[in-house]
Amino acid sequence: MNKPITTQELETTAQPAIELRKINKRFGPVHANKDIDLLVKKGSIHGIIGENGAGKSTLMSILYGFYTADEGDILVDGKKVAIPDSKTAISLGIGMVHQHFMLVDNFSVLENVVLGAEGGANLSVGLASARAELKRLEDEYELKVDPDALIEELPVGLQQRVEILKALFRGAEILILDEPTGVLTPAEADHLFKILEVLKNQGKTVLLITHKLREIMAITDTVSVMRRGEMVATRQTSETSMSELAELMVGRSVLLNVDKTPATPTNKVLEISNLNVTDSRGVRVVKDVSFNVRAGEIVGIAGVSGNGQSELLETIAGIRHADTGTLWIDGEEIDLAKNPLDPAQMRQRSLGHVPEDRHRMGLVTKFAEYENSILGYHNDPIYSRGLLLDIAKIKELASGEIEKYDIRPPNPLLKTANFSGGNQQKIVLAREIERDPTVLLVGQPTRGVDIGAIEFIHKRIVELRDAGKGILLVSVELDEIRSLADRILVMFDGKIVGERTADADEGELGLLMAGVEGETK
Amino acid sequence: MFETLILILDSTVRLSTPLLLACLAGLYSERSGVVDIGLEGKMLGAAFGAGAVGYITGSAWLGLLAGIGVACVLALIHGFASITNRGNQIVSGVAINFLAIGLTGLLGQTWFQQGGRTPALPDGGRFENINLPLAETLSGVPVIGQIYSELLSGHNIIVYMAFAAVPLTWWVLFRTRFGLRLRAVGENPAAVDTAGIDVIWLRYRAVLICGILCGLAGAYLSIAQSSGFIKEMTAGKGFIALAALIFAKWRPGNAMFACLLFGFLDAVAIRLQGQEIPGIGEVPVQFFQALPYILTVILLAGFIGKAIPPKASGIPYLKERT
Repeated sequence: MNKPITTQELETTAQPAIELRKINKRFGPVHANKDIDLLVKKGSIHGIIGENGAGKSTLMSILYGFYTADEGDILVDGKKVAIPDSKTAISLGIGMVHQHFMLVDNFSVLENVVLGAEGGANLSVGLASARAELKRLEDEYELKVDPDALIEELPVGLQQRVEILKALFRGAEILILDEPTGVLTPAEADHLFKILEVLKNQGKTVLLITHKLREIMAITDTVSVMRRGEMVATRQTSETSMSELAELMVGRSVLLNVDKTPATPTNKVLEISNLNVTDSRGVRVVKDVSFNVRAGEIVGIAGVSGNGQSELLETIAGIRHADTGTLWIDGEEIDLAKNPLDPAQMRQRSLGHVPEDRHRMGLVTKFAEYENSILGYHNDPIYSRGLLLDIAKIKELASGEIEKYDIRPPNPLLKTANFSGGNQQKIVLAREIERDPTVLLVGQPTRGVDIGAIEFIHKRIVELRDAGKGILLVSVELDEIRSLADRILVMFDGKIVGERTADADEGELGLLMAGVEGETK
Repeated sequence: MFETLILILDSTVRLSTPLLLACLAGLYSERSGVVDIGLEGKMLGAAFGAGAVGYITGSAWLGLLAGIGVACVLALIHGFASITNRGNQIVSGVAINFLAIGLTGLLGQTWFQQGGRTPALPDGGRFENINLPLAETLSGVPVIGQIYSELLSGHNIIVYMAFAAVPLTWWVLFRTRFGLRLRAVGENPAAVDTAGIDVIWLRYRAVLICGILCGLAGAYLSIAQSSGFIKEMTAGKGFIALAALIFAKWRPGNAMFACLLFGFLDAVAIRLQGQEIPGIGEVPVQFFQALPYILTVILLAGFIGKAIPPKASGIPYLKERT
């Protein structure tokens, strides 16, 4: 139900919906926002792009009254305003969809929507009128959700829709979305973009915060780039390119392709034969998998997330139990079903593991950096003096890794939770690579990592290969597999459905990943 | 047999009342995300305040007011520690329990010189039982008349308040704006904050309601059920109320039945004291006293459904750097 844009609406675009002047915000020594100027046109989709930790979320939190700026002015519809709390932001017509949804899981959609805007002390009256209003919004913006469904029973895509409805219900004219596609499947993301188009056509202003270039190019009218707390550029999306934006984000040209020489693989360092794995639900997730990795090559496992790659990686690392399967590491035979080794024993056999989810398995985020730098290797005698840990030495070694891997901020005493995603990943990578493993398992090395760090991480992995190590890489990013791997194995439904060389056609790989058969090796 | 049953049920009602009030008190607090292990201490403080003021003024109502006042002060201390200063709620609750035991004993001895007791209340210092209309007339009618005159009639005002508080709490929780926000803040305070609602003030209000209800519970013990304060007279009722709250899965209707069940066990224990049961012999009183806890443990172990506490309970709210 997109209404055509009227002349009246065109006139209003003269006045910016939001204007920020010299916004400054400091958290202790960190200057999160430095002299930020920003103009957001009414009725447009304005993207704000930047690496993790560039200060995008802080800026938006200031706009939504979650933080107050130390200095600077905010103008909404041309009027200077103070936004001390979220309540004020809401009354100014600003709505926000947070990266982590602000929903009460065991409440219904309707209850979540009215929370804070109940319209009177008696709830039943408010709920009844809210139900009617919700129906109207659903029709007007094509946002279908069952008002009586419980949030915890909805998929994330619909939960996000509830967040948008919440903002619209409060009369939001300006909608801020913070990394909205991080939790969405590609199909859900496409749907979200359609919703944003509808919102724009209805005259709403949308502020989209993201670090994904693709989304900026696909949906925005204007894009502003943030780098290290500063607003470095604003462009019309139609007049810029991905490479220009990427360069602006990191402040220098990015090698989107990994620079590497052809591999010179030698002897087999890891071999898997006839591996079968069943998960906790009793479903067989890895089926008859056999392959090998040679020293001096990167073997990439491509596949849509959830086709058994995670389980494969975890089984090799010793975390998961196999039904059948044999593993050879550097010539030593291990029966994965009868005599499996635990992760510590696998590590002793020089198998490094960069797990897929660094928060769940890679780090203890409440621990300091130096403590994380020895996790899994803490029993190694080099870290101890008698019965005690040699803290001074651990810190010293950690400081060395920090320098070598350009981990920022360079502080081994900082809790890992306070590092950005890219730096957290570097901490894990440094820990595993510096032990000089014969075989390195790497899962999703650049998930939630900014471009600068991606480049660095890729380079490190290639260097390790060139040092004659075997690397098994699992990633759901096909681009990453194609630029890093020397050989590509495609997994679908627990099976390896094909093997290709690194220069394989993207379309062909896509078909394999989608499980389209009828092809021969 | 029927008369015995009526008598046991009648004493069940009396014994359940303080449990129910304390349980509802805990319900408001925990639904808002503030775990309250200090129900016991607040009740004890209130019982002492009510007993002392009831004795000095000779007015039950002033006594009740004093009891509520004491419980609210203790509730605010808990609020200040756990909401404003984001301290550990268990530690704060335990501290309040010890504070109440120590202070009531000390002040009781200093003021009244009777080993921590308050003297017996004068006339008017105690809530008398109320006979419902026609109770005398109907007492002769079999079954219905007996239930009316023995079971429903003849309790003091706080008993009726406690049972009226059950539907009232349900209504507040599920039919008012305040209730919606209260339930929300116990599940996800960040959602409440971003909706433009003051998390701190909301939790303080919940804690204050908790104080008022604990005040009623304590006053019931010292100036309604008995005539005067006795040292440590709560005797673990606050903890049983907490058990009942878990047993009731934080729902007001369930809370009433859980408290009635625990009260019933207590009533049976008193009734069976020193009596032989054919075929079993004498059942130790301790067995019945332990039953509420045993039942709660069985519940928590997952044998009777699932008790899921409010998600944010026990976690102080901190606006994080996002």
